[in-house]
Amino acid sequence: MSDATLAFTGLGAREAAPAGPLLPLRARGLTVVLGGRALIDGLDLDLGPTGCTAIMGPNGAGKSLLLRLLHGLEAPCGGTIDWNGHAPGTAVTRRQALVFQTPVLLRRSVAANLDFVLKARRKDRSRRDAMLDHVGLAGKAAQPARLLSGGEKQRLALARALALEPEMLFLDEPTASLDPGSVQRIEAIVAEAGAAGTRVVIVTHDIGQARRLADDVVFLNRGRMAEHAPADTFFAAPSTRAARDFLDGRLVV
Amino acid sequence: MPTRSLLAATALAGLATGAWAQESIIVQSTTSTANSGLYDHLLPIFEDETGITVNVVAVGTGQAIQNARNCDGDVLLVHAKPAEEEFVADGFGTERTDLMYNDFVIVGPADDPAEVSGMEDAQEALSAIAEAQAPFASRGDDSGTHKKEVSLWSEAGVEPTGGSGEWYRETGSGMGATLNAGIGMGAYAMTDRATWISFENKQDYEILVEGDSDLFNQYGVIPVSQEACPSVNAAASENFADWLVSREGQAAIAAYRVDGQQLFFPNAPSEGGES
Amino acid sequence: MQDMTEALGLAVDLVASGDPDLVEIVGLSLQVSLSATLVACMIGLPLGALVAVTRFRGRGAVLTLMNALMGLPPVVVGLIVYLHLSRAGPLGFLGLLYTPGAMIIAQTILIAPIVAALSRQVLEDMHSEYDAQFRSLCLTRGQTIAALLWDARYPLLTVALAGFGRAVAEVGAVMIVGGNIDHLTRVMTTAIALETSKGALPMALALGIVLMALALGVNAAVQGVRSTAARYAYV
Repeated sequence: MSDATLAFTGLGAREAAPAGPLLPLRARGLTVVLGGRALIDGLDLDLGPTGCTAIMGPNGAGKSLLLRLLHGLEAPCGGTIDWNGHAPGTAVTRRQALVFQTPVLLRRSVAANLDFVLKARRKDRSRRDAMLDHVGLAGKAAQPARLLSGGEKQRLALARALALEPEMLFLDEPTASLDPGSVQRIEAIVAEAGAAGTRVVIVTHDIGQARRLADDVVFLNRGRMAEHAPADTFFAAPSTRAARDFLDGRLVV
Repeated sequence: MPTRSLLAATALAGLATGAWAQESIIVQSTTSTANSGLYDHLLPIFEDETGITVNVVAVGTGQAIQNARNCDGDVLLVHAKPAEEEFVADGFGTERTDLMYNDFVIVGPADDPAEVSGMEDAQEALSAIAEAQAPFASRGDDSGTHKKEVSLWSEAGVEPTGGSGEWYRETGSGMGATLNAGIGMGAYAMTDRATWISFENKQDYEILVEGDSDLFNQYGVIPVSQEACPSVNAAASENFADWLVSREGQAAIAAYRVDGQQLFFPNAPSEGGES
Repeated sequence: MQDMTEALGLAVDLVASGDPDLVEIVGLSLQVSLSATLVACMIGLPLGALVAVTRFRGRGAVLTLMNALMGLPPVVVGLIVYLHLSRAGPLGFLGLLYTPGAMIIAQTILIAPIVAALSRQVLEDMHSEYDAQFRSLCLTRGQTIAALLWDARYPLLTVALAGFGRAVAEVGAVMIVGGNIDHLTRVMTTAIALETSKGALPMALALGIVLMALALGVNAAVQGVRSTAARYAYV
């Protein structure tokens, strides 16, 4: 009996989310150095409790790396990350989800890919069909996930991320190299999640996408925070030369 | 989970097959009696009569004795009298009984480079082979045949291992493998007649030397002692050894023929011996 | 060349006539080697998976050891197993020597390192693909290993096949611990060795041809499964 109680308590402790909301985020002096080169260089970032933030910047600016730092997949060499009083760790990562640029799908059917995370994370498995329907894959439930088209794969990855009921959704260039129709569908799903209260951070090269989705824009350049401004302000009057050049289509690096 | 338990069950079933379905004994035997087909002739008769299954592990005499010393057999049937007597003296066997005999022969290629064909003196023949440095394939495995061969070299006053790797080639394998190797390299070899007659890869080889009383090859049978080896099935092994030396067993041995030739000549001391 | 033709004819005759001795020997070969493969997989796969997903001090040495053990000489394995299972050995009381059980044990020891080392490679490759996603999903190590083993099931089938191939083809270990006892522990390879030592080379070769046909059949079946899996992008 005491064993069972103990086990339950142990499980409960691991499962327990930190009390209170996950946001706001406060990151200070984030630094990642690899091979003597600073990939992220003393970066400060504040994220408010709601809305959608776009992270933009030229190739090699450190956008994807920043996303992985915030999600807890990488540890910074220096600096601090504070999630509304909670230090990064599994408990924080569990309240978030990340959709990679290239979706990593299991070698199983579409439905089994969702079943896997629902089971692993002890979520309500009866939601699976509704979720497939939500991303427009209900008719492909039995198909091998790896035979889906690029757009379908990314929608499945998105469904998998949303199945975790994350408070914070990270998207790393989710629509890069997808056709316009797929982009539109994915943006619709993301916008819907945002409207439902999920905090969204999206790395994108697509200026149109950032305009459509983002409330504010973080512009990175060479691992540094160049600009963090409301989307309207950023697109109307970027305050840095790098951002101006980027928006004008002139390569910075 | 069901898959896993199924796998485990299959694996266990595989292991469990080891359990004997009926009473059985293991005979640690020399290879010549097995390779010549003698057991295929004898064992069904014995098994029919007694219901005891006889499992034969055929290895060289040296290894057979060692296995029996490890208690991994119920009966020892080999052909190296001094080693057998030592086995009994050390308490591993209850009693050694002469069972049957045949003889060793020296076989060689038809062109016979050492010109030993027709010799009746084994020592003379070996000396001629050594003299000519003609290739000779030896078992080199401490088997009964090997022990015999070594003693013949010694009596001939030749130290063949001086030519080891040159004309004297120790294969370190069984009789059949040594014959295959010897024939492959045109070497002389000494073999028991039973193995030779039933050997199917003779090519142009023939028996060149035979008939020397020194080439006498005596087989003995020894039940392993239950005192030394409690795991031994003493009743069944005594039963088998007794049957072999009985009138009926001896007659069965005498009746076994390959190509019309008798391979083993029973000579058990008590009731049935023909010698 | 004459032998070869004769052997081929013999092999065809043996199979066509359904020779009961042959059926028994082939059956035991399959039973022993498949059982050994199963047990080796139950040991080797979790071990390979654990090493694939774990970083620890001395991991390089463990990898070297695993790879080296792939080359265990069958006769040495046979001897070691013999010394343990012999009545004079520590496990003699089990009475397993000269039984199919002893042969399964010897072959399991022979091929478990092959399964572990090859599956480690397969699973490590797959793990490098899944790792970031799995960490994002906050999977436990157990969940990660289970998912990798399942997703790599088709490549792992080939790993198991490599183990089976080694087991069914070896003669050194089963000869020593099985004793090549007729109707009890005689398998294809020990029967071939016996026929060779009797100088019955065409028969030995014929059995060899049957053994190779058997291996070919098993391989073809696995290949069939894998290519089906590949068609559905499960590989």
